[in-house]
Amino acid sequence: MNPAHPATRSHLVVVGGGMVAHRLVDALLQRQGADASWQVTVLAEEPRAPYDRMALTSYFSGRDPDDLQLGDPALWSDPRVTLHRGDPVTAIDRVATTVSTASGREHSYDALVLATGSSAFVPPVDGRDLPGCFVYRTIDDVAALRAYVEELRDRPVARGRRGGETALAGAVVGGGLLGLEAAGALRALGVDSHVVEFAPRLMPLQVDEGGGEGLRRLVQKLGVHVHTSTATARLHAGPDGRVRRMDFADGGRLDVRVVVFAAGVRPRDELARACGLPVGERGGVVVDDTCRTEDPKVWAVGEVACIGGRTLGLVAPGYSMAEVVADRLLGGTATFPGADLSTKLKLLGVDVASFGDAAGETAGALPVVYADPVAGVYKKLVLSDDARTLLGGLLVGDASAYAALRPLLGRPLGGDPAAWLLPEGVAGGPSGDLPDDAAVCSCNNVSAGTVRGAVRGAVAAGGGCDLAAVKAGTKAGTSCGSCLPLVKKLMTAELVSAGVGVSRALCEHFDISRAELFEVARVTGVRTFSELVARHGRGRGCDICKPVVASVLASLGAGHVLDGEQATLQDTNDHVLANIQKDGTYSVVPRIPGGEVTPAGLIAIGAVAVEFGLYTKITGAQRIDLLGARLEQLPEIWRRLVDAGFESGHAYGKAVRTVKSCVGSTWCRYGVQDSVGLAVALELRYRGLRAPHKLKLGVSGCARECAEARSKDVGVIATDKGWNVYVGGNGGFSPRHARLLAEDLDTDTLVRTIDRFLIYYVRTADRLQRTAAWLEEIEGGLEHVRAVVLADSLGIAGDLDAAMEAHVAGYADEWRDALEDPVKLRRFTTFVNAPGTPDPDLVPPARHVGETTVRHDGGDPDGAVLHTRVALEVVPR
Amino acid sequence: MTPTTDHAVVSWVPVCRYDDLEVERGVAALVEGTQVAVFRLADGTVRAVDHHDPFSGANVIARGIVGSRGDVPTVASPMYKHVFDLRTGACLDDPSTALRVYPVRVSGGVVAVRAAAGTG
Repeated sequence: MNPAHPATRSHLVVVGGGMVAHRLVDALLQRQGADASWQVTVLAEEPRAPYDRMALTSYFSGRDPDDLQLGDPALWSDPRVTLHRGDPVTAIDRVATTVSTASGREHSYDALVLATGSSAFVPPVDGRDLPGCFVYRTIDDVAALRAYVEELRDRPVARGRRGGETALAGAVVGGGLLGLEAAGALRALGVDSHVVEFAPRLMPLQVDEGGGEGLRRLVQKLGVHVHTSTATARLHAGPDGRVRRMDFADGGRLDVRVVVFAAGVRPRDELARACGLPVGERGGVVVDDTCRTEDPKVWAVGEVACIGGRTLGLVAPGYSMAEVVADRLLGGTATFPGADLSTKLKLLGVDVASFGDAAGETAGALPVVYADPVAGVYKKLVLSDDARTLLGGLLVGDASAYAALRPLLGRPLGGDPAAWLLPEGVAGGPSGDLPDDAAVCSCNNVSAGTVRGAVRGAVAAGGGCDLAAVKAGTKAGTSCGSCLPLVKKLMTAELVSAGVGVSRALCEHFDISRAELFEVARVTGVRTFSELVARHGRGRGCDICKPVVASVLASLGAGHVLDGEQATLQDTNDHVLANIQKDGTYSVVPRIPGGEVTPAGLIAIGAVAVEFGLYTKITGAQRIDLLGARLEQLPEIWRRLVDAGFESGHAYGKAVRTVKSCVGSTWCRYGVQDSVGLAVALELRYRGLRAPHKLKLGVSGCARECAEARSKDVGVIATDKGWNVYVGGNGGFSPRHARLLAEDLDTDTLVRTIDRFLIYYVRTADRLQRTAAWLEEIEGGLEHVRAVVLADSLGIAGDLDAAMEAHVAGYADEWRDALEDPVKLRRFTTFVNAPGTPDPDLVPPARHVGETTVRHDGGDPDGAVLHTRVALEVVPR
Repeated sequence: MTPTTDHAVVSWVPVCRYDDLEVERGVAALVEGTQVAVFRLADGTVRAVDHHDPFSGANVIARGIVGSRGDVPTVASPMYKHVFDLRTGACLDDPSTALRVYPVRVSGGVVAVRAAAGTG
């Protein structure tokens, strides 16, 4: 910890703020540690920090640019890094070793890295500048496209010449990766989409004729029109001056209201040209295999670099270049290992993967092809002439084998190649046998050996090892995530061989997981712990499995949590329906649905707190915590609260806690929906629902999001068309932002969606697994859950709905029931042989920080002076 | 600390009826000034240990979850979940710490505890 003084550091200027620039800075900082030798300035054209451009299409569903954030944002507050956004470099002076920017700033450099990327190529078609023509490259491009289409949709005159509900038509020029992405984005906006491709097939650079045909079928099945071997001749404007028609070279035409150019990219090499650096024949700054230009102080990385005579339009080689430059800047000897042009994408929901020599150009290469035109599946493996070594492959429609196959490139495939191509062919896979040097994560260049090492390290350190830890430790799976299933398999195999195992066993008493236990109880109808442990476990249980069984039984509607044997399974909190505090007293939290409380309710709570001498505090969930209640006081406290109309808030349970809300459209001048009304309705619907962990919900009345709904397990945000629902957020130790589950739902659909989401979570999550971790661990992730909840992909929606209806119908206030049952009330005794005697070791509750000399109305006759804990002098006004 | 009276003459203190004890759930009792946690196990035996949790300093052991670890009958403190052997009082998670155990007698349907702590 002895960082070099900034003035003694060399200065690196990075031109461009894209994904590769981000990787370079991140890699440099990580490699040089605290003893920094480089001070870094990043000059970005876009008005934001680097983001995940590959996930651009998700911006259509997520809307929130923060979702695309790359890596840890703390990078940009590191004192060794300065990021200037929205200030592009306009010139490089290689003699003075300075760059100047649009704002007029000048920065001198000791090393300069060009990471300017590419710009969208717009073919020279007449009318390409008309309003309604877009490119697809940045967040701003996508936002503008979205705004334009939404505006067209909202104008009644925009609904086609015949004035009916004709869908808006749109065309994408270019049928490659980006074109299909753009078509998917248009389709998501409700646009009737056409893809216009000059070549005879889609994705001509990646797939062969057979693959292109499979792709065409799949894409057409999704309702996207495909025009191959078609050239765009010109675009015509309508009477409003906006684009209205597309003419093809073959005389055909198409009525379109929006056009997206996705016909390829061109390197942004204009700065290099202007300062006299050599550029490639087809553009790009010429660099050697260390990414250095002919000027030893200037480097180029990513899509702007022309390396080995060509530019590379994929992020993985860009990341490799960034790592090479970071290494070289620190005196290393790394060289560019050659481009790995493997890609795996989900375009319009269609899996496409290509790797290695997919076209089979190697001499003597043998293709092995499997094609199922009906299912739209096309798979090809390219093998060496002895049919043993894997040279490349192409997978369309089903790319599940990609993660296992790609690391085998250049290695013996082993076994019958057909086994890899047939639908069930990947069962088991070779993951456990991958050589240590095989790359598992190509985005971050992580080898199988690195993953195994991370697992072994975690085991040796005596700690647990899960996927999140491996991701954090190795960076594997942190970019595109496509290798995560493979990483998980490797981790599992390594844990098993280390003798640790990845037992799903709940504890020593049950060999099955919580989800399995839930199914056992649900299917067999067994409703007591004793019978469950006798039939499906061993021993007498413990503080892990007993509360789990109690929670499962509660979710299955097995009656009051303190009925019979169930009571003995409960953690002390559920056992006394309050939250234990450090001194053995409890806190009391009445339910305040949606955070809405009447003045009379507030007075009632205040009166109880005064009577019992409780400490009061507003909680983070818009409720009031009454602290310092002794065990034997709880029933009397609750008798008063229940009489005042309050009920249990379940703050003590792994259960639905609250639905937080903003004030909504009733009061707020910005609110677009009644968030309080919905929050109250949701809280009354879900109150008492027990779950593997606590559950929090939130409802915001507009996009300003004052209820912080996206930090909740279920967050609802009003739109002008309905409600967006987000899932998997939480605060706490590892805060998570909730992710979009569905958009613009009406209230009934919203409620049904949340019903299903919650019940599915309750049934299938692990013990103490919050929704965020559950979504990460469950096979298929958020996509799977969305399919189950919205499209009933498992055929269980009716069952989930019935379970929630049963919960709603069966709800009863636990405290009211307890107060009416002498058997339950007996538990609220501190000493069995001295009822009414409090724990003599307890001291009175802490005083409020702000409490000074106070006499309550009708206060005690001594005029008791309460002590203050205020450390600062309180000055009376 | 809770005073012990092992040098004095100690007698059996009745604390509750056997039938008042729930299976595998504790109660606390005041036995000559000492807070004792009393448990009825699934096999019918009754055990008594300190109610005072040495880790949190709170009197809460009787409110813990009863179960087993291997063949050992246990209680887990509700505060920081330390698990104790109900037969010996030993903390299974931290061998340097133990609860005191108290002799228990059931006669005539009444559970009695002797305040003199046994050795843990």
